[in-house]
Amino acid sequence: MRYFVQRLGFLLLSLWAAITINFVLPRFMPGNPAEAMIARYQGRLSPMVLHSLEIEFGISNQPLWVQYGAYLQNLAHGNFGLSITYYPVPVIQIIANSLPWTLGLAGTATVISSVLGVVLGIIAAWRRGGKLDTVLPLITMFTTALPYQWLGLLILYVFGYLLGWFPTAHAYTATLTPSLTPPFIGNVLVHAILPASTIVITAVGGWLLGMRNNMINTLGEDYVVFAEAKGVKDRRLMFMYAARNAILPSLTGFGMALGFVVGGSVLVETIFSYPGVGYQLVAAVQNEDYPLMQGLFLIIAVSVLLANFIVEMLYGRVDPRVRRGGARA
Amino acid sequence: MVEDQPVLDVRNASIAYQTARGPVLAARDVSLTVYPHEIVGLIGESGSGKSTLAYGIMRLLKNGARLVQGEIRILGRDVYAMQKEELRAFRWLHMSMVFQSAMNALNPVLTIEDQIIDTLQSHQPQMTRREASLRARELAEMVRIDASRLSAYPHELSGGMRQRFVIAIAIALEPALVIMDEPTTALDVVVQRSILDQIREIQKVKGFSILFISHDFSLVAEFASRIAVMYAGRIVEVSASGLLDGDSLKHHPYTVGLWNAIPQLRARQLTLSGIPGSPPDIQNLPSGCAFHPRCTLADDTCRTSVPDRWSRGKSVIECHRFEVEEGATHE
Amino acid sequence: MNRWNRVRQSVRFKTFMSFLRNPKALTGLILFSLFILMAVFAPWIAPYDPQATIFAPLEPPTWQHWLGTTGTGQDVLSQFIWGARTSLSVGIGAGVLSTFLAVLIGMLPGYKGGWVDRVFDTIANIFLVIPGLPLIIVITSYIHSAGPLVIIAVIGGTGWAGGARIFRSQALTYVSRDFVVAAKLAGASDLWILFREILPNMLSLIISSLMFGTIGGILAEAGLEFLGLGNVSVISWGTMMYWSDAGGSLLMGAWWWLVPGGLGIAIFGMSLALMNFGIDQVTNPRLRDTAPPEKTSRRKSRKVRSDVIHG
Repeated sequence: MRYFVQRLGFLLLSLWAAITINFVLPRFMPGNPAEAMIARYQGRLSPMVLHSLEIEFGISNQPLWVQYGAYLQNLAHGNFGLSITYYPVPVIQIIANSLPWTLGLAGTATVISSVLGVVLGIIAAWRRGGKLDTVLPLITMFTTALPYQWLGLLILYVFGYLLGWFPTAHAYTATLTPSLTPPFIGNVLVHAILPASTIVITAVGGWLLGMRNNMINTLGEDYVVFAEAKGVKDRRLMFMYAARNAILPSLTGFGMALGFVVGGSVLVETIFSYPGVGYQLVAAVQNEDYPLMQGLFLIIAVSVLLANFIVEMLYGRVDPRVRRGGARA
Repeated sequence: MVEDQPVLDVRNASIAYQTARGPVLAARDVSLTVYPHEIVGLIGESGSGKSTLAYGIMRLLKNGARLVQGEIRILGRDVYAMQKEELRAFRWLHMSMVFQSAMNALNPVLTIEDQIIDTLQSHQPQMTRREASLRARELAEMVRIDASRLSAYPHELSGGMRQRFVIAIAIALEPALVIMDEPTTALDVVVQRSILDQIREIQKVKGFSILFISHDFSLVAEFASRIAVMYAGRIVEVSASGLLDGDSLKHHPYTVGLWNAIPQLRARQLTLSGIPGSPPDIQNLPSGCAFHPRCTLADDTCRTSVPDRWSRGKSVIECHRFEVEEGATHE
Repeated sequence: MNRWNRVRQSVRFKTFMSFLRNPKALTGLILFSLFILMAVFAPWIAPYDPQATIFAPLEPPTWQHWLGTTGTGQDVLSQFIWGARTSLSVGIGAGVLSTFLAVLIGMLPGYKGGWVDRVFDTIANIFLVIPGLPLIIVITSYIHSAGPLVIIAVIGGTGWAGGARIFRSQALTYVSRDFVVAAKLAGASDLWILFREILPNMLSLIISSLMFGTIGGILAEAGLEFLGLGNVSVISWGTMMYWSDAGGSLLMGAWWWLVPGGLGIAIFGMSLALMNFGIDQVTNPRLRDTAPPEKTSRRKSRKVRSDVIHG
């Protein structure tokens, strides 16, 4: 219970921090970016819109704390402002349209890469010095250093253009109407394979190497040797005694790992024109659509923070020392 | 006679660690027997190779350590001749071990009960969880812990309780030999005492043999019927603990040194003497008898030649300086 | 001569030698050195002016142009060699900056303890979970066409949190160690203790933080420049990818225009990871390929540590 309250407190604190960073950045960056943006849109947008932008980005004589209060109030009502590029579509609506795609893509890719990496890491450490253990770390050292966009472009080129096995862009075929029917879902899956593979290939290595090292350390622990001595069979020894303990540090680093995946999905979505928040973020950045950019950044941060919170709750279930009080991990 | 078949028979065993500069012997030509119902103490300074020997007997050597010479037999069966699965089934059924650090010997993410049940079911797959659970309760009772604590996780228990549960796991399958590697070093004196009393009590009832490893000479002298003294990887003396005294003509000078380092409470005056010098580096052993640089009796023979091993009955000694007794045999 | 012998006997030298004996670490070191040499001597190595648009566009690799030419007729190999300069210095700069901040923000409060520590630890934890690349993208978009120095500042300034947590937990374990307590009793100042007593013991952690910071920095820079958020007229492996994508290189089958930049990053990153792997094996006995016995090695490592302190 204490753990739950503690983690919930941290979640709220980090949410507040993300929200505040979003408020502070446009106001304190050198060169006053918001003013520059508004100047650029002068004449292209109606004076009323410009005025609302001025208020939103603090180009007014109101003191900061009043602006901050108004900003928080708007957020609380789900009012993220209006997009400039898609004027007058509210930012919240663009988020609502794009977020599910990213959650699906980055979420699936995270699950696949973490499960794959953890399992391969366990096996590599278990067969220490074997073929798998010699080759896998070398391969992953290379794949983790691959730039997302580069790998994405090559995969797109080879499997999309040259071989033509998979569609080269978008989340589903434009002629189809979104529905929960098997053909449509199949269509979505086929579109997701290349971008998801790009993320999995670059993200799996971190999990693998981390798990392998933790596992090797854990295999040297007395309780694993003791369990081996008392006759526990290999499979149970490997999973219930070694891996159950070795995975704990990987879980605590989950938030950071997810941050990498989300960062990668920004680039990957751009390459595959995948209509998620990352794609929209890059579009907003290129169009200098600050209201949209702010809203998207906030939603990305909030999603990662929430996912991290969920994993922390799971962690509490896996580690009895956290679940039943006592030493904090 | 059946009674005379040793439970543990170590014959000329040498154990080497692989290092960057080649193999280093942590145990050299060690011979040691433990008979049924007997408690044998194995004593030595840290680094003398006693833990290595214990892990070697259990065939649990890790990190490039291996048995390079000799044999280790439990109940007449060669431990190192067994196949993997054979070893898994044999170990713990006939020999078990209490690790030095009870703090670390228990899996932090499983309850004590699960860890005991794992032990039972790994060897008796037909045993139901219910039966195993009942047996776990019996074992908890045997080490005098309330059965309700079985559902606890290791971090919820005191050090003494954890060590008691480790002992419970060690005797779960009623093996013929239990190796105890400094089972109480991490605990405070009072807990230490009560655990040792319990071990002795259970041993009397169950009748298993114990190889009791310690660096505490007085503790072992009181606890064990025979004592093996290990120095720089060799067993330099084995002697019945009742026969031990400070007589340097009958015992190894190192044993005598250990003996003299015990505070003799009954003696009229308290005289304590330690052994000068410090234990040798096993990567760079002195020539001849490894103990000679610290030995007050050493002469040229000790510096140049390794002493022979003499045995009489169940006693053994390796020293140039002692008086050969009647009936002693030269090995 | 005597001095050389002393060096040879020193623990650090021995550690370094055992690092070199590891084939992975040695491979990493060689690759790393080659990249560094290439970047330093770019003006002498590069066959042509990387910016000169004087050749036939989109020419596949030939003897004149080992890596072909770009859509505007520049020599790709020359761009690759010059690009290493920008990419490596931005990456290493960001790595150094983030490690410096990590040591500062992690170690000082960790050593001091109390509420200062709790506040900084919480800040580090927050920065750890706020996704880095989106934050960097947002910050850079507010700054128009950011040059290499600004990119270093942004990447380094946001990427210190992971390291800070590691340095903090290490500092916490050292605070109660005998040699630190002894130094305190001897009246050494906090700064002296931190930088002369504790920091040297964290050398391997600092090096691996530098390496990961550098890999992360190069990747982040390449991402930013690929999105056109950097200064696209500067030649780097990131802008090479930007121009090749903007020029539709793959659509025209000109893979040689895209491949070198990303491959350079991946191989350079791998060289750092290989070296880090070697460091891990030297400093963590359990990860060694053929490890000496647990007990001896533990004693040894303690001895090594005390030697480092006294020597």
